[in-house]
Amino acid sequence: MAEKEKKELKVKEKAEVSIPAEQTRPGPIFTPAMDIFETDEQITVLSDMPGVKAQDLAIDLRENTLTLSGNVESPEGELEQELLREYRTGNYYRQFTLSDAIDQSKIEATLKDGVLRLRLPKVEAAAPRTIPVKTG
Amino acid sequence: MIIRRIGGWPTWEWRSPYGELERMRKEMDRRSEALTGPLFREPLAGVFPLMNVTEDGDNYYARAELPGIKADELNISLTGNSLTVAGERTIPAENETASYHRREREPGKFSRVVGLPSPVDTSKVEARCVDGVLTVVIPKAEAAKPKQIAVKTS
Repeated sequence: MAEKEKKELKVKEKAEVSIPAEQTRPGPIFTPAMDIFETDEQITVLSDMPGVKAQDLAIDLRENTLTLSGNVESPEGELEQELLREYRTGNYYRQFTLSDAIDQSKIEATLKDGVLRLRLPKVEAAAPRTIPVKTG
Repeated sequence: MIIRRIGGWPTWEWRSPYGELERMRKEMDRRSEALTGPLFREPLAGVFPLMNVTEDGDNYYARAELPGIKADELNISLTGNSLTVAGERTIPAENETASYHRREREPGKFSRVVGLPSPVDTSKVEARCVDGVLTVVIPKAEAAKPKQIAVKTS
């Protein structure tokens, strides 16, 4: 029965965005699906970016604004003729603001199987500390 | 039922109100297409994963975006002309104390069949998953490959 309870994955078309900035590369731009979660020590961002290679991914953090942009080369060879096209390939772009001060020197990013994992450790001061109260 | 016609407007066959709506919708599509270029409106299978299929002289190429899915979670099979891509996407549990700001990535099972238009050589299929993009290369059967025909002169 446990098998039955598992959800079927639904089709989700990639969300296309238009960004105000001028584009130097042609093609559509998509917003990658993301999980963002926070613990006391860090913020973790997981982002689905299939087709992006590590060298084509740019992560930029300035003044609490995090910008992710990834360029995707079309995997298709020149001689290939299209028979069925259900999804398009294009670049990825997403920007968001972070509420806490992030220790920029300790940011870690890994890209594996098309999923980016971004670890953004908070600065020491922002991590809540319990202050022991002395009696005496 | 009162049917009003406004004078001076082009008249068309009156069928049903829904037929009329359909006609207007088509007209709108046509107009917006003229403005923005052809809309991306391919028939969607509505089944995960979405696939792109291309061909060249020797092979069919079926591609799907499957981020975060490991090769051993995929089950790819070919029966006759039908390629089946099935599997499960698992998203490992994170730290329990974590509080989520966004949760857009979804786990789940999937199974998709794509029909290929001509006979294929099932013995030499090759599948690889690079950067979350699955590519299945399916060689065409000898009979389905295009033959170059030399034209003799004399």
